[in-house]
Order: sequence, then structure tokens, then C-alpha cells
Amino acid sequence: MSQAPEAFCRSEMLPPREPPLSQRGAWKWLHENMFSSIPSGAISVLGTGLVIWLVVQLYPWFAHSVWTANSLNECRAIITKTWGEGADGACWAVIHERWNQYLYGFYPSDAYWRPDLAFLLMLVSLLPVLFARFRKLIWFSAIFPAIGYWLIWGGSFWVIPAILAGFAVGGLAYRLTARLSAAVGLAAAALVAVLWWLFLAAPAIGLLDSVAPLKLEFVESRNLGGFLLSFIIGFCAITFSLPLGILLSLGRRSDLPIIKTSCVLFIEFIRGVPLITLLFTASFLLAYFLPPGTTFDLVLRVVIMVTFFAAAYIAEVIRGGLAAIPRGQFEASDSLGLTYWQAQRLIVMPQALKISIPGIVGVFIGLFKDTTLVIFVALLDPLKGITDAVRGNASWNGIYWEPYIFSGTIFFVFCFGMSRYAMYLERKLKTDHH
Amino acid sequence: MSLAEKRPDSGFRLSKLIYDSQYRGYTIQFLFLCALALLIGWLVDNAYMNLAKLGITPNFSFLTNRAGYDISFKLIHYTNDSTHGRAALVGLINTLFVSFLGCIAATVLGVVVGVLRLSKNWVIARLMTIYVEVVRNVPLLLWLLVIFAVFTEATPAPRDFRGANPSAHMWLWNSMAVTNRYVALPAPEFFRSLGNIDLVVFKVSLDLLALVAVVVLGGLADRALRNHAARVQEATGRRPTTWWATVLLYFGPPIALLAILGFHFDYPKMTGFNFTGGMLAPNSLFALWFGLTIYTAVYIAEIVRAGILAVSKGQTEAAYALGLRPGRTMRLVVLPQALRVIVPPMISQFLNLTKNSTLAAAVSYPDLGATLGGVTLNQTGRALESILLMMVTYLIISLLISIAMNLFNRRVRLKER
Amino acid sequence: MKTTVFLAAAAAVGLFASMAQAGTLDDVKARGVLNCGVNTGLVGFGAPDANGNWTGFDVDFCRAVAAAVLGDPTKVKFTPTTGETRFTALASGEIDMLARNSTWTYKRENDLKLTFVAVNYYDGQGFMVPKSLGVNSAKELDGATICVQTGTTTELNLADYFKQHNMKYTPISIKDSAEGKQQFLAGACDAYTTDASGLAALRATFEKPHDYVILPEIISKEPLAPVVRKGDDQWASIVRWVVYALIEAEELGVTSKNLDEMAKGTSNPELNRLLGTEDNLGGMLGLDKDWAKRAIAAHGNYGEIFEANIGASTPIGLARGLNAQWNKGGLMYAMPFH
Repeated sequence: MSQAPEAFCRSEMLPPREPPLSQRGAWKWLHENMFSSIPSGAISVLGTGLVIWLVVQLYPWFAHSVWTANSLNECRAIITKTWGEGADGACWAVIHERWNQYLYGFYPSDAYWRPDLAFLLMLVSLLPVLFARFRKLIWFSAIFPAIGYWLIWGGSFWVIPAILAGFAVGGLAYRLTARLSAAVGLAAAALVAVLWWLFLAAPAIGLLDSVAPLKLEFVESRNLGGFLLSFIIGFCAITFSLPLGILLSLGRRSDLPIIKTSCVLFIEFIRGVPLITLLFTASFLLAYFLPPGTTFDLVLRVVIMVTFFAAAYIAEVIRGGLAAIPRGQFEASDSLGLTYWQAQRLIVMPQALKISIPGIVGVFIGLFKDTTLVIFVALLDPLKGITDAVRGNASWNGIYWEPYIFSGTIFFVFCFGMSRYAMYLERKLKTDHH
Repeated sequence: MSLAEKRPDSGFRLSKLIYDSQYRGYTIQFLFLCALALLIGWLVDNAYMNLAKLGITPNFSFLTNRAGYDISFKLIHYTNDSTHGRAALVGLINTLFVSFLGCIAATVLGVVVGVLRLSKNWVIARLMTIYVEVVRNVPLLLWLLVIFAVFTEATPAPRDFRGANPSAHMWLWNSMAVTNRYVALPAPEFFRSLGNIDLVVFKVSLDLLALVAVVVLGGLADRALRNHAARVQEATGRRPTTWWATVLLYFGPPIALLAILGFHFDYPKMTGFNFTGGMLAPNSLFALWFGLTIYTAVYIAEIVRAGILAVSKGQTEAAYALGLRPGRTMRLVVLPQALRVIVPPMISQFLNLTKNSTLAAAVSYPDLGATLGGVTLNQTGRALESILLMMVTYLIISLLISIAMNLFNRRVRLKER
Repeated sequence: MKTTVFLAAAAAVGLFASMAQAGTLDDVKARGVLNCGVNTGLVGFGAPDANGNWTGFDVDFCRAVAAAVLGDPTKVKFTPTTGETRFTALASGEIDMLARNSTWTYKRENDLKLTFVAVNYYDGQGFMVPKSLGVNSAKELDGATICVQTGTTTELNLADYFKQHNMKYTPISIKDSAEGKQQFLAGACDAYTTDASGLAALRATFEKPHDYVILPEIISKEPLAPVVRKGDDQWASIVRWVVYALIEAEELGVTSKNLDEMAKGTSNPELNRLLGTEDNLGGMLGLDKDWAKRAIAAHGNYGEIFEANIGASTPIGLARGLNAQWNKGGLMYAMPFH
């Protein structure tokens, strides 16, 4: 056997050579993502420079923060003492001292547990709405508005069952009359429920109260303020504007000319005027349109106006969703012999709402931010209202940036959370479309 | 096989109003109309009784009374001897002015940011994301306050320009000054001005009209020239050089006109407390303009981004395959298609911007809300009338913008094939 | 539909306040609480402290009225109002009286159907400038930029003053003093104008208050007075005479400290009538004999209220000036209690 010929090809792979410097590690990343071309590089340098400059400018102010002091002058004294004459610093002590006021306004301090509990319950009630896996808890979301209302404002506990009973009798009326027609059923349900609330609920509450008094101290709306107020207005408006918005969007697409015209007029009117004028209306004009000698709570008036405002926008968002549903879906539901309301409830709305969710969340974020505008009607919003009240006190008169930064940050956290949720939902819905 | 029978015509029965879908619509609408009429009647009746009880009769005669207060920024003639009505008009024009500027700037910035957010450059894409998220999740009122305060703090006060050794200096060969009250700019003036036409409500400068007319005429002439060139090209295959004629047509006549009218600049000068002469554009305008712009641009950027992403990737790839560079691909292929998706939501952003301009009072810009809904309301106490008037005005503005933008939308849409 | 739930529930629990058509006094008594409109936050005149208790000059007048009518100075609900909302809040019945540094003017009283009861503070509009500006008189402000705090009659006075002296100015209308301060300190305006009391309060918050001067010219009369709706004379009388009682108490030397002693009876018949030891003046107002005594007990007499909130010992440090008693060179002059 002759010796095997010398192998002329390698039996093992050569180790790969190091990629060139520009194609490797941080260099590669930098090259691709920051300096792919001259303008791109210039922008990168400029952008980084801007960020560094901002940090350098603002750092000392944040670094020289004072967290506990009883007045602005004390703050200034501490800053001068610690960091020398002419040092500039933030005085977060104002937030520290007025923390409760920023959160609750003038809510009685021994009852802070009530808004706290209401807030927690609100989060619980939101779970089934936000995440599919908690859907079983949806009954709680349905009754939360009544519980939350009782917790915040107080009064008799029996308000909750009294309100809910309205829905029950309404449902019963619907059952009994729906055989005639769904529309008649709905009308009857609404009528019976309203009659219950207007005339029978109050005596019923009185009766139950005399049997088993269960009361929380009544808190007037004028004591609400700060983020509590923002949340109340935001939550109420969001909850109530959704059903109203759905009805308006359906009305706008209705075949019945009078209903359609009314809905269009309402939507276009609300969308055509700034929210501030609607708030002024709530504050100035609504009182003129009530029977002489009656007035009702300013917070309630504002909630109603903000609800109308949001409903008009939501109606438009949902209209977009409705427009995106293929004609065949409507025709199919007709051919199945579904009535108008059945078709809406089972076929159309589930699809339309799904498409509109990102838009709806967008409206809600805007709404939450817009709650700061209530200062124009002298309600104490967390951004300007409470801040003005705090500055009205001699010890904090003259503070400027700190309250704004604080409120802005809180708004950012909540709105950012909402927008992230909208994105999550958008992604989720996208996948189950295809 | 049975064909659908003709609808049995058994005549009208009362029960049909509920059971027959043909008639039920009428029933529902009739009931709805009754309820609506009752509601409105009730409200009007209440209002009537309330006003009677208070002894107040709503009337708009206060609009013809002397206003008595001054307005810091006005585009039409106004003094404190003018009427409340005119003050409202000044406010309205200011609202329209800042909204117009805001819409343009927000569109430009929004498109840039929307495109940059999709950029491959990591720094710029991140910066844009941060900008979008930070701005859109914080109330506009706060942004306006912050911007106004920053503008005030970051620029020198007019008194810094005073004295032999001023700490601040004017820009561009002493022709403009940026202060924390206003930007002082040179004002165009004419030695031989043509005067103004008085249109009762406001005056229009004839010089400006003449200039516009000359430019338009130049444009028309240029168009004729181009058409001629195109015809020559079609006939002979060679296109005559026209660029110099174009330049001449656009710039020649206006320059000649300006020379004839004796055009010159009136430069701002520091005298006493303030700059005088020139044009003074107040900071409140810039703060509001800037605030509305960066706030609305965020939404427009998102709309633009969504619009661009809605254009199928195949379009971009096809454009690259044709050898178009990224910039041109964006401009010639992607944006025109994205525009269809972009324009409708843009309309509502423009509307939002206009409505948001009611926050002007926060930066002391005298818009409609600050004149009619602010000082006038405060002085006259005519809340009902002022607010109603304000609402109607905004409603009309909104409807006009809607109509205009819908027309534009229809034009964009027609290109769809 | 859900909105109606809220309405109905609200009706059930009382958010819907149904006001009786009777007089304000009966309403207040039936309600057991006085609704008083105040400023959203003005140093010295009305602002909440960290615990949410309202304090201030105007606030103390509300409390005195509550003490006189309801017998308890804490039975007041304060409703913050802005310059735009205040008169509507009063007209719509949301508040029973307004004590929000509001100037008493002809048009307001007669066009807006309001009754200004009695002046509790004589103010006047002034100017503040930085010392470095080298201005010693408002007449040297020709061509200046002026920050004007909107809300009361300030814009009108400013326009009138400059017109009268044939001078030019540029206004910057400022919504509230915090924003105004920001602008003024940065030099965005040469001078700041609002009521003199407001100027003093503002200057007190500056880091270097001594670098700023308040010019001697007072360009307007600003009689600030509590306001009630027109047409309810009884209620207007009550609020008016509570104000007078506080002023009269200072004149007669009744303070919250010696009140109990004085109420036992003194040799001064006027004082005895005021405090209810003689005659029954309260009965004529629909109140009881001790009404004035309770009003004074709430926060002391006029002078005490002044000193506690805006006087020389406070950061605002206002001198009595026009607001001294008539026999001490001021304008405070209570109508006689006969």
C-alpha cells in the first residue's frame, strides 16, 4: 500500500478571520446606526450634543434639591447655606408639604382612605376591560361606578343598590316589552329606569336608611381637587362617553333622516367648539337652562360637558371603525334575519370597536390631559388650580417650576401608560386579524 | 320554486306603526322629534324665566360700547377708544393668524419628525421618539407655560441693549433684535406709497396688492413661456433655454416695482424703554405659535408615520429597483401615496390646533378667548352673550376649515386609481 | 343612558341643590351653611393652607357673616371663583355672597344687578418698577411695556391713565401673579401694575424685594366690597351691617379679647346696642341679639382682621393708610348703630 497521497485540501476549516474594524462590535453599530453618511453623522453629533448640553444646564438645579422646608424662604436659606451664595436649586419641599392637596384637593383628611380605596377598586374594575384573561370580573366593572360614587361622595350606602336596581327594572321592562320590538323594548327600559331613578329611588333609599342606616360622611364636590378631581372627571367622562359615543355613531349612520341629522348636528357642534367654551357653558350657561331656583353641582356640570365632548370624538372614531367593516357583514346579518339591534350587538359593533380601540384610547388620553382646563371655571385642577392655591399662601408665594414639573410628570406617567397599552392592544389585534 | 311574492298590500292599520318596519321608522322619528322639541322647549322656557327673574335681558349692545382697554398685539387698527366688537374682531384675527401659522409650521415639523422617526440613524430616531412621547403625554397648558417662561428667561431684556456698553447686541448688522418682549424686525416702507384701500373693517395696503399682482402676472407669463417652449420642443425636438427668462420674469418686475415705489427698510432703534420703529413681533405670539406647533406636530408626525407605513413595502422596493435614491423615493413614491391616508386625520389636527389656541391667555396672547371671552366678559359681565358669541365664531371657523380641507381631500383622492 | 344614572343618583343624595324661592337668609339658615365665593388664591385675601383651611382678609368677612347668621364661623363653604366666573356664580345662586376683592363700580351694580354692600378695603392701582430702571414717577413711564394683571378694572385704569397723560405704553396681560412675576423679574416688562395691596404682596415674595420700588402714584380708586344679589334687601342689610359692626367695634375699642367683658354691659349706650346688651338691633335684621358679638368673636374687629392677614406684621406688610378709622385719618366709617 503506498502512502496515502498528501492531502491537498485542508481537512479542517480555517478559523474565520476577524472582520475588519468597521464591521465589528461597537464600530459596526456606530457606523450603521449613527454615521452611515455625512449628514447622518452630523445630525447624530448635534443630537447627542443637545442632550449633553441640556443635562449640563439642568443638572445643578436638580442636584441642589431641597426636600423638607416649611416655606420658600426657608428653602432658599437652605440652598444658600449648603451650596453657597448664588446657588440655584429646586425646592421640592412644596410638593412634600402640599402632597395631600395635590392628590386630594380639600378632601377631609380623615377620609383619605375613601378615594384611595376607590382608586384601587377602579384599577380592579379596569382589569377585565383591559386584559382578556380577567374577563370573569366584568360584573365588577359594571357595578364599580356606583361603588366609586358612594365612596367618593359618601351619603347613604343604599344609593348603590338603588342605582343598580334601576338597571334591573329597566332590564325587566325590556324583557316584557321586547316581544313587540327591540326599539320599543329599549325605550320602555329607559323610561322605566329613569322613572325609577327620578321618583322611586329616593324614597327607597330613605326606607332602607331607616331600616339599616349605613352611611359615610357626605363630602361636597367643591372639596374635590388635585389628581382626585382629574381622575373623577376623566373616569366618569370615559365611562359615560363610550356608550353615548356608540349611540351617536349609530345614529349618524342611521337611515332615519331626523335622527341622523340630530346626531350629525350634535357631533359637529361639539367638535366645532373649543373645550374651554363648553366648560364656560357648564359654569355660566347651564344654570340658566334649569328650572328657576335649581342648580346642581359644578363638578357634575363639568363632567356632563366633558362627557359630551368626548362622546362626539368617540362617535367619530367609531364611525371610522364602522366604515372599515365590509358591506358583506351587514348583508350577511340581514340575510340571517337579525333585527337591527341584534345585528349591531352581535356582528357589527364587536368588529367596529376592535378596530377603533387605538383611536378610542387616544381620545381618552386627550381627555385626561384636558382635565387641566377646568381651572378656567375655578375648579382646582392639579396643574394650575392647586398650584395657584398653594401660591396664594404667603409661605409658598413665588414658587414656579417645581409644581409644574411634578404635575407634568404624573400626567406623563398615566398618559404614557395608556398609550403603551393602546400599542400593546394594537399589536395584539393585528395578530389575530391575520 | 317560488318567487318572492309581491308585498301583501292590506292597507294601512294603526298597528303597522309599530310592527311594520316600513312605518316603524316614522314612528320612532316622530317620537324622537317630540321628545327633542319638548326638551328644547323646556330649556328655552327655563332660560326665559331665569333671565326674567334676574332682570337681565340678553342683548349684544355692549359690543358697540367703548372697550377702554388696550391690546398688545393687533393686526388691524385698534385703540382703547374702539368698541368691544372691534376688540373681539382683533381677537378673532389674532386667533386666525396664530392658527394659520401654527398649521403650516406643525405640518412641516410633523412631516419631518414623522419621517425622521423611521430613520435608520439610531440617535435621531430615539430623539424623535422621546420628543413625541414626552410632548404628547403632558397637557398642552403646561407646555405653553414652560415655553413662555423659557423664552422670557433665555433672551435678553430690551434694557440690556441700552447704554454705551450694552450686554446684548442686535443681529444681522444691527437690523434685528431678539428680546424677551418681542423680536424687533426691519419693517418694509415705501417713499412713494400707493396708500391703502379702506375696507371698513380693515385696510389693505395697495403696495402689497400691486406686488402680489406683479408676481402673479410674472408667473402667468412664465407659464406661457414654458408652454411655448414645450411646443417648440415637440415640433423640433429641441427645447429652447428658458431659465434666464424665468428668473427675469419672476424677479425683474417685482424689483422694478419696489424701486419705483421707493422701497426701503425702517430699522428698529433702541429708544427709552423699548425699541421703536420696525416691526415688533411679540414673544407671546412666538410662544403660542411654537407651543401649538410642537404639540400638534407630534400628532401629525404619528399620522405621517402611520401613512408611510401604510404604503406597501413593494412600492419602496420597486423604487429602489428603478435606482431612485431614498430621499427621492420618499418624495416621489411614498409620500404621494401616503397622502391619501394622511389628509383626513390631518384635518382634525388643524381643527384641534385652532381650538387649542384658546389657551392663548396662558401666554398673554390676545386671541378671541382673551379679548371677548376674557377682558370684555370681565368688564361688561356679559357672560351669556360673550360665550355664545365665542362658540358661534369657533363653530363657523371649524366648519370653514372642515369644508376647505374636505375639498382638498377630494382633490387628493381623485388621483387614486 | 348611564348619564341619567348619575343625575338621578345625584338628585337622590343632594348634589342637586334645590333652592327655595324665599330669601337668602332663610335659605342659609335652612342649609345651615353659608356659601361664600372667594379668590382661587390671592396672598393675604383668600387662600387655603396645607390642611385646606381657608384664611385671609376676605375669608374672615365670610366667617364673620356666618357667625352672625348661623352662630358658627366654621359653617362656611368656600367656593373659589375666577374673575370670569364670580358674578355668574352669584347670580345663579351658587354662592350667597362674594368676598373676592371686587371693585364697586356703577356698571357692575346697575348693569349686572349686583349689590355691593359696604367697602371693606380701599385699594388703588399702582406701579412697581425695578430700582435699576431709575424711574421715580409713573409719569416717566412713557413708552414702557407694562405687565397688567387682568381680572378687575386694572386694564381700564391703565388705559385711562396713559391716555390722560398723553403717554404710550405696551400692555402685557397676565392671568395671575405667578406668571406676572416670572415676566417682570426677567425684565419682559418695565413695570408691573395691579392693586397696591397686590403689589405689596407680590414684592414680598421676591428674593430681593429691596431692588424694587412701588411708585407713589395711585391711579385709580378701587373700593373693594362684598357683593350680594340685587333684590334681596334683607340679606344685603345683614352682610352690610356685619361689615359695619366689625368696623364700629374697632372704633369703639372692642376686640376679640375684651369682647366678653364688654358684653356684660358698659356705660357706652352705642356699644351696648351693638353687642346686644341694650335694645334688640338683631331682631330688625331677622337675627338674634348677639349677632354682632358673634361676628366680632369670629376673628376680631376690623383692625384685628387687617393686622392678622395683611398688616404690618405679615409678609405683605400693608400700612393702614386709607383703611384706618375715619378719626385716625382713614376712610373706614361705620354707619351709626342707632
